[in-house]
Amino acid sequence: MAKSNKPIFWGLFAAGGTVTAFVTPALVLVTLFAAMKFSPDMFTYENIHAFAAHWLGKLIIFGVILLSLWHAAHRLRVTLHDFGVRADGAVAVIVYAIAGLGTLMTLVYLLRI
Amino acid sequence: MSERQIQLEVLRYDPETDSEPRFQSYAVPCKNEWVVLDALNYVKENLDTTLSYRWSCHMAVCGSCGMMINGEPKLSCKAFIREYSDKIRVEPLANFPIERDLVTVVEDFIAKLTRVKPYLIPKEDKPISAGEFKQTPAELMKYKQYTLCINCMLCYAACPEYALVPDFIGPAAIALAHRYNQDSRDGGRDQRQEVIATDEGVWECSFVGACSEVCPKHVDPAGALQQVKVASTIDWYKEHLMPWVKK
Repeated sequence: MAKSNKPIFWGLFAAGGTVTAFVTPALVLVTLFAAMKFSPDMFTYENIHAFAAHWLGKLIIFGVILLSLWHAAHRLRVTLHDFGVRADGAVAVIVYAIAGLGTLMTLVYLLRI
Repeated sequence: MSERQIQLEVLRYDPETDSEPRFQSYAVPCKNEWVVLDALNYVKENLDTTLSYRWSCHMAVCGSCGMMINGEPKLSCKAFIREYSDKIRVEPLANFPIERDLVTVVEDFIAKLTRVKPYLIPKEDKPISAGEFKQTPAELMKYKQYTLCINCMLCYAACPEYALVPDFIGPAAIALAHRYNQDSRDGGRDQRQEVIATDEGVWECSFVGACSEVCPKHVDPAGALQQVKVASTIDWYKEHLMPWVKK
């Protein structure tokens, strides 16, 4: 029996799970504060733009979005399987294609900043 | 005062004579401290000698009396009557073929257990005169929990993946492989990985976690499988991205 290649996707899933568990709640809170005009000066448009323009900022944003996307894709694949959708091959292609497209778009938009 | 009449609904099936399983109901006067196994023994001794079921130790050590009690996989020697209503339904362990009544065919599990080599494969052969293989308490802690498995197969009856994909090696066998992989005296991990790092191995698991919920010995097979996934993923990246690194 051959060893499985699932570690590629599971690795992204596991890393993404860890990242989103820590980062997503903070992002939600910050966004909520910003929406309610409670954001400190640190979160002004200019500052965030400058952060996204720096190569390290780009790298961080890219890492967070990439891992979140692939985590969500794999999570959705397994959840659909648990819900009784048995077309695993087709589901995998669709969810990973969306994650792949999202990754590509992130890359393009980040490089344009 | 401490006796209660219950209706024990037991699945009966003899594949040689019956076309399909049926339920038979027995009225059993149960003592307060009785477990479901006691009620079955009462039936066998007093009401119906033809009833078949497995049991041995009556103390949650041997792992033979696993069955579905009100639809949940349980050791019948650990399922106290007082925790149930007056009607208790007893069926053979789910996901296994029925041999007769509550007795299941377990060859599939035994074969899988054999495949994962659940025994010490020493790193090096050394003569007895060279002394014992020493282990620190910290090294023991890494796997001790997984040694508590009694092969009762409740985790297989609870696992929806095993129900779906019968080739799945399953919780107990992979957790036991992990137990030996984690043992500092063992050198057989590469051999076991060939079996468990496959699609039918640990990667069939979608971490539902039912195995750990029903485990009567708190082995936490789901936790073991997650650790196997992490280790197998690191293996994969090492093998494919750094082939020059020796394992």
